[in-house]
Amino acid sequence: MSDLTKLTLKGAIDGLKAKSFSAVEVAKAHLDAIAAANPAINAYIQTTPDQALAMAKASDERIAKGEAGPLEGAAIGIKDLFCTKGVQSAAASNILRGFKPPYESTVTSQLWRDGAVMLGKLNMDEFAMGSSNESSAFGPVVNPWRAKDSSQNLTPGGSSGGSAAAVAADLCLAATATDTGGSIRQPAAFTGTVGIKPTYGRCSRFGIVAFASSLDQAGPIGKTVEDTALMLRSMSGHDPKDSTSLPVEVPDFAAFVGKSVKGLKIGVPGDYRIEGMPEEIARLWDQGIEWLKAAGCEIKSIRLPHTKYALPAYYIIAPAEASSNLARYDGMRFGLREEGGNLTEVYENTRAKGFGPEVKRRILIGTYVLSAGYYDAYYLKALKVRRRIADDFEAAFKEVDAILTPTAPSAAFPLGQRNDDPIAMYLNDVFTVTTNLAGLPGLSLPAGTSQTGLPLGLQLIGKPLDEGTLFSLAGAMEQAAGVSAKPAKWW
Amino acid sequence: MSERPPYRIQGRTGEWEVVLGLEVHAQVASKAKLFSAAGTGFGAAPNDHVSLVDAGFPGMLPVINRFCVEQAVKTGLGLKAKINHRSIFDRKNYFYPDLPQGYQISQFKDPIVGEGELIVHHDDGTSFTVGIERLHLEQDAGKSIHDMDPNATYVDLNRSGVALMEIVSRPDMRSPDEAAAYVKTLRQLVRYMGTCDGDMEKGNLRADVNVSVRKPGAELGTRCEIKNVNSLRFIQQAIVYEAHRQIEVIEDGGKIVQETRLFDAGKGETRSMRSKEEAHDYRYFPDPDLLPLVLDPVWVKQIQATLPELPEQKLARMQSQYGLSAYDAAVLVGDVARADFFEEAAKGRDAKLVANWVLNDLSGKMGADGLEFEASPVSAADIGALVGLITDGTISGKIAREVFERMWAGEGAPAAIVEKHGLVQVTDTGALEAAIDEIMAANPDKVESAKEKPQAIGWFVGQVMKATGGKANPGAVNQILKAKLGL
Repeated sequence: MSDLTKLTLKGAIDGLKAKSFSAVEVAKAHLDAIAAANPAINAYIQTTPDQALAMAKASDERIAKGEAGPLEGAAIGIKDLFCTKGVQSAAASNILRGFKPPYESTVTSQLWRDGAVMLGKLNMDEFAMGSSNESSAFGPVVNPWRAKDSSQNLTPGGSSGGSAAAVAADLCLAATATDTGGSIRQPAAFTGTVGIKPTYGRCSRFGIVAFASSLDQAGPIGKTVEDTALMLRSMSGHDPKDSTSLPVEVPDFAAFVGKSVKGLKIGVPGDYRIEGMPEEIARLWDQGIEWLKAAGCEIKSIRLPHTKYALPAYYIIAPAEASSNLARYDGMRFGLREEGGNLTEVYENTRAKGFGPEVKRRILIGTYVLSAGYYDAYYLKALKVRRRIADDFEAAFKEVDAILTPTAPSAAFPLGQRNDDPIAMYLNDVFTVTTNLAGLPGLSLPAGTSQTGLPLGLQLIGKPLDEGTLFSLAGAMEQAAGVSAKPAKWW
Repeated sequence: MSERPPYRIQGRTGEWEVVLGLEVHAQVASKAKLFSAAGTGFGAAPNDHVSLVDAGFPGMLPVINRFCVEQAVKTGLGLKAKINHRSIFDRKNYFYPDLPQGYQISQFKDPIVGEGELIVHHDDGTSFTVGIERLHLEQDAGKSIHDMDPNATYVDLNRSGVALMEIVSRPDMRSPDEAAAYVKTLRQLVRYMGTCDGDMEKGNLRADVNVSVRKPGAELGTRCEIKNVNSLRFIQQAIVYEAHRQIEVIEDGGKIVQETRLFDAGKGETRSMRSKEEAHDYRYFPDPDLLPLVLDPVWVKQIQATLPELPEQKLARMQSQYGLSAYDAAVLVGDVARADFFEEAAKGRDAKLVANWVLNDLSGKMGADGLEFEASPVSAADIGALVGLITDGTISGKIAREVFERMWAGEGAPAAIVEKHGLVQVTDTGALEAAIDEIMAANPDKVESAKEKPQAIGWFVGQVMKATGGKANPGAVNQILKAKLGL
């Protein structure tokens, strides 16, 4: 039997259905691969072998009875931000270390409903705050990719670095992730994987540890465009337990992959050609434009004039919401509690010890921008910018069907390189935060490599609820790019 | 309506006027909480009514309870207020162990109900109008219990997330009496609408009282807010204490500092909780977990159409329909159950007489036994029947009291009691004449004196009553006596 971890999600599902191998075999192969790789890559905070094997066995039984669900037997990894019943869900934070929720997130429960098998919980930036996975209380994730002729450890990006690294290193068939400002797309770009942040409200946020509620959105990271489409279908759907979840039908996203994109109008925003953009990123972008032209798309230059205000607005709104969302971690009911002489000391000691520096920084920023006297100048202003950015997109989408941009301004960078400079770190999100602010779907796919042989991604941005078009375009580009390279195994 | 004399406090430098505004927190009568399905029943064991949402667990999200929204709209309509078809839930951020989320979901800038008014009645029938600034929905916090253990504080989250309506008045009240009357009238209104049970003892209706003082006609003074006062008496006590305190400070050359104060019912005084400088910065911002609350105007109209008769309307109707006095009408309307009881009993009867029985005899008994009209041991139909027996002459008012006592004791319907105990009034003139003749024959001296002093007829009436066991029809007795005595 060939290595089952090398399969795509689609390949595995088909093979399982054809009974070429069993779900237990798929799960075991992945658990073995994780055991071998995790000491070096640190993609998983923990594996859940007992659950994996029990779920896989149940999947095999359903397959035998001809009752297979759409993802039956598919071994996947779950970002630690998703609450999983009885399994530590710590959001990679010390303050939640050991927290085993008595409930399951809606997204994961839908995946289990459809037959997926849980391999374990994936590492991430603490509370999804970070772009390099270095803020995790469980240590940084190491990118399976290394630059040509280098043994330097690189970041897999963040915050869904564990998800992206695990997919890239074949430590799962696909993974769940979340994206508040680029946390699915940037790691996907850094690891040569495909990731999509769907329209805000497409996936329920119930049971996902909140970072910034108005921006947070779950989505998958997969090995191929089709794989992410299959995952997204199971993850999506209206949930009455989340008031911001959209009451809309879930299309068969995979059916859009392979559809002709001829005649589609693609916008290329000049405003994303930021100062100091590396030559290789600009070239990649041009290459993407050529592929779409060749596929019969019409390329149009568009303006998104408020783009330059997006990052500052994002770094006001997201911390503001986070400062409030994280107030519940107070040592009173669950998670870490550090005693003190009085109530205030218990709060201070618990939160000082439980939160890492990046989380503290954002709580401080958020508290500040919401304070009396600063609210109007910062938070309210940022909301106005947010509205303008949404308006920009709305205007653009009157002329085009989708927008093409780079995903990140660089390839994966060495771990430790940008830790001392939060602003440089925040710049990672420059191309991705706009879609979160506007609630639009954004997909990143591998489109080439850097001069040092590292993966680079391009981003497709779509109209609200038009993920289908993104899957069609991404499918066409995936074919044109022909990127099938995997990281050379060094672990 | 007659003017009441203005309430003034005499200080060393002259008379002072008190200016009062109230923020009433009324718990929405609802089986489930504002944003979770957990129960709200009183008296459950600590932390029995707590969902993961109420306890602020990671990833839990609030979902608005439509019924609570309906209750708020209803109350707003009862206050003749503007219903805002789009309102926003905000987070009010602060840390406390009984606030699991670290924020209270409330409505800050855009409340569900805007300006309205409430006509407030005093017991003497006079009335005045209080402007309503707004009504908004918010979550209650849990309860911290500090006195169970010297070294620990316990937290009961049963109240956490329970829906409250905060009803904010204009500073339109000028005396402790007016403040109490306002709360009483508001309480009556919400009880009528069924939107809050108004139970102040259980804390289901409580008030924050804003107090300031000024020389009559001067600019508004600086106010202090007295938090969480939970009885009408305490509201009045707190105001009197606080107004005197403020006057003393000002007359001593001091300045009132805007602050939050606490009323100590035991000592009858208010104490500083925190000043404006140390006030929390609540960092209000729109709750991103909730969409703006948008009301369908058609739905609001439906609610309007199903509103019950409000106290104000009922008061007017009681007077016009039944010819009751303003006072009797007000007392009846003061308790929906009593008003309903009255109307049931008054069907086809002498309404004024029914009102007397309900307000005097029955209310007296109920009060003495601490009973509510919902649980009256005597039915409205039976009170009506009792009055019927009086008006058709079957029994006298005096006998009726005896019948009522037996009804209260559970002997059954009045007609049956009258029958069983042979209490039917004797109107048979033959029998009465015989009795009268007998008495006249035995007391010739009294007959003589009665002929001179007609008031002495009363003695004969009494004797006839005695002889008939109180069953003689007093009207008939009088008539026969007058004839026989030639009066």
